[in-house]
Amino acid sequence: MKKSLLTMVAVVLCLCMFAGCSTDAPSGGGTQTDAETASNEVFKIGATGPLTGGAAIYGIAAKQGAELAAAEINALGGLQFEINYQDDEHDAEKAVNAYNALQDWGMQIFLSSVTSTPAVATAVEAFEDRVFGLTPSASSTAVLEGNDNIYQMCFADPNQGSATAQYVADNYPEAVVAVIYKNDDVYSKGVYDTFAAAAKELELNIVSETTFTEDSQQDFSVQIADAQNAGADFVFLPMYYQPASLIFAQANAVGYNPTYFGIDGMDGILTLEGFDTSLAEGVMLLTPFSADAQDDKTVNFVTKYQEQYGETPNQFAADGYDCVYAIYEAIQSSDGAITVDMEAPAICEELIAIFNGGFSFDGVTGAGMTWNENGEVSKSPTAVVIQDGVYVGVK
Amino acid sequence: MAFLSHLISGISLGSVYAIIALGYTMVYGIAKMLNFAHGDVIMVGGYVSFFAASAWGLHPVLGLLLAITVCTVLGVAIERFAYKPLRQAASLAVLITAIGVSYFLQNAAQILWSSNPKVFSSIVGNTNFPMLDGRITVSLIALATVGACIVIMILLTWFTGKTRMGKAMRACSEDKAAAQLMGISVDFVISVTFAVGSALAAVAGVLLCSMYPTLTPTTGAMPGIKAFTAAVFGGIGSIPGAMLGGILLGIIEIMGKAYISTQLSDAIVFAVLIIVLLLKPFGLLGRHVTEKV
Repeated sequence: MKKSLLTMVAVVLCLCMFAGCSTDAPSGGGTQTDAETASNEVFKIGATGPLTGGAAIYGIAAKQGAELAAAEINALGGLQFEINYQDDEHDAEKAVNAYNALQDWGMQIFLSSVTSTPAVATAVEAFEDRVFGLTPSASSTAVLEGNDNIYQMCFADPNQGSATAQYVADNYPEAVVAVIYKNDDVYSKGVYDTFAAAAKELELNIVSETTFTEDSQQDFSVQIADAQNAGADFVFLPMYYQPASLIFAQANAVGYNPTYFGIDGMDGILTLEGFDTSLAEGVMLLTPFSADAQDDKTVNFVTKYQEQYGETPNQFAADGYDCVYAIYEAIQSSDGAITVDMEAPAICEELIAIFNGGFSFDGVTGAGMTWNENGEVSKSPTAVVIQDGVYVGVK
Repeated sequence: MAFLSHLISGISLGSVYAIIALGYTMVYGIAKMLNFAHGDVIMVGGYVSFFAASAWGLHPVLGLLLAITVCTVLGVAIERFAYKPLRQAASLAVLITAIGVSYFLQNAAQILWSSNPKVFSSIVGNTNFPMLDGRITVSLIALATVGACIVIMILLTWFTGKTRMGKAMRACSEDKAAAQLMGISVDFVISVTFAVGSALAAVAGVLLCSMYPTLTPTTGAMPGIKAFTAAVFGGIGSIPGAMLGGILLGIIEIMGKAYISTQLSDAIVFAVLIIVLLLKPFGLLGRHVTEKV
């Protein structure tokens, strides 16, 4: 009796050892497939993003977009993708832990991180490990600096700031401009800095510059009064839509109704639950993605996304979706040079060559996107204005 | 004229801080603990009121009453399950537990209601009164907040000063063991304190969200910290102190932003706090109680 028990234990232990040998066995979170298929037929794409915490809306959107794209691609029957999103809570340290978990899982391609602060931290790791990274939405240039293998799907911050200044100078040369930005946020401050520099060059008339921080983003009465008393008729808001919605409501309450101009973070304001969209009437923004666009790609994406998740996709979902498709098309364009059994560094070198070698991609966030060797994307932002609660292209 | 409108903004912001600070100060005064989860009870109150109005179509006043009920039950439950078992433990253990409860509430809210911000519609509507020939505008919600703050303070002063329960609370605050010997059920008094504090949190939540209408699971965190500061500023444990501290904090914050720098507003607030505490270590209206050995 005792002996047979011992044998059984021995057999079980042996089995465990064999299981341990198979390094490609999926571990950690993500969709679990059985070890056989995972090691041979599926590209393992890892990513980190804030799935909980204050920035969770961005991480969850990017994750859902990426997973939708992967599901569509897998349904085609050719290349197979497995997406593994790890939570980084918009925190640099947790992002590195999440990155390490993905490495243990056997990640081959990295969708970097969703938000800029964690993305800067994971980019350094991915650079050292030679894992190709394509971030959906971490727009800070610090993500790219010194890392030849990290690319962006979104505009880099400087481009948004200078493009806005250029747009205002071209179309509203007489504008009296006020700016309100979030001083402790790399995204908001980054856009503001390049906007201010470009505005100086273009001789825009900026009369009021005020700031707020994460801890003081409720009361904007002072900032609004400053813009109003300075006579600004044009207010630039380089920020996410949540503080912007408060600014609209508070300015309206004191009877101040200038023309507002936002950036891509303003996208989402119309889907804010309970928001009175008439407050956002006439808000203009430069954005690469609008859920109301009528082209086939966008309509297909928006419809499927709504079916699957019951909400209208925002910019981050679109960026996540495009990232997976860009990688899919890049792998296809390699004519078999990239295969599923390759290690991450080998795939990385191939993908860098493709992304720098005139690769062009049409997605829901723009047509004919190309990348330069820094990893910045080139696509043209379109100006949209909110009319009757929907985005309308500006003529 | 700009000064006057900043002053009005400051007083109405300060009134919200004051109502939250009253909750902090009552719990501290009686249970001698810092209930860091107080800010998150505010958030729960905001959500209850939001769903009462948007999902169930209840009248705002009913929504407010519902929020008060839910928060009162929640406050008592938190006390019963998280703090009561630690009544004899070191105060540091209770403090850490309070921080844990705070995170628990935030994450539970995120699971229940997602982190997508919701826009709260003001319980008194968006009426504004132009004053002085339209040169400044005062919103109805600002007046309602200041009014609510004054009414709550008068009620609380009456409650702690004149009622039997209030006397029991003051007795517990002075000396728990002696109060117990006099036949006061200390556990019950502390439960009532949490109930009152959490009911105030619900009112504060509804007023806060009416003034600044976006609601997220972290909505209560920063106002909670600011109100805690206000309570210390005014003298923690003192009811008029919490009121005075809250309103002064609101005015200093807005004036600091308007006349010194928008970048430094919070630094200015805390710098004033430090100066006050250097001059009056127990806050503006706090009293020094000698520990008897």
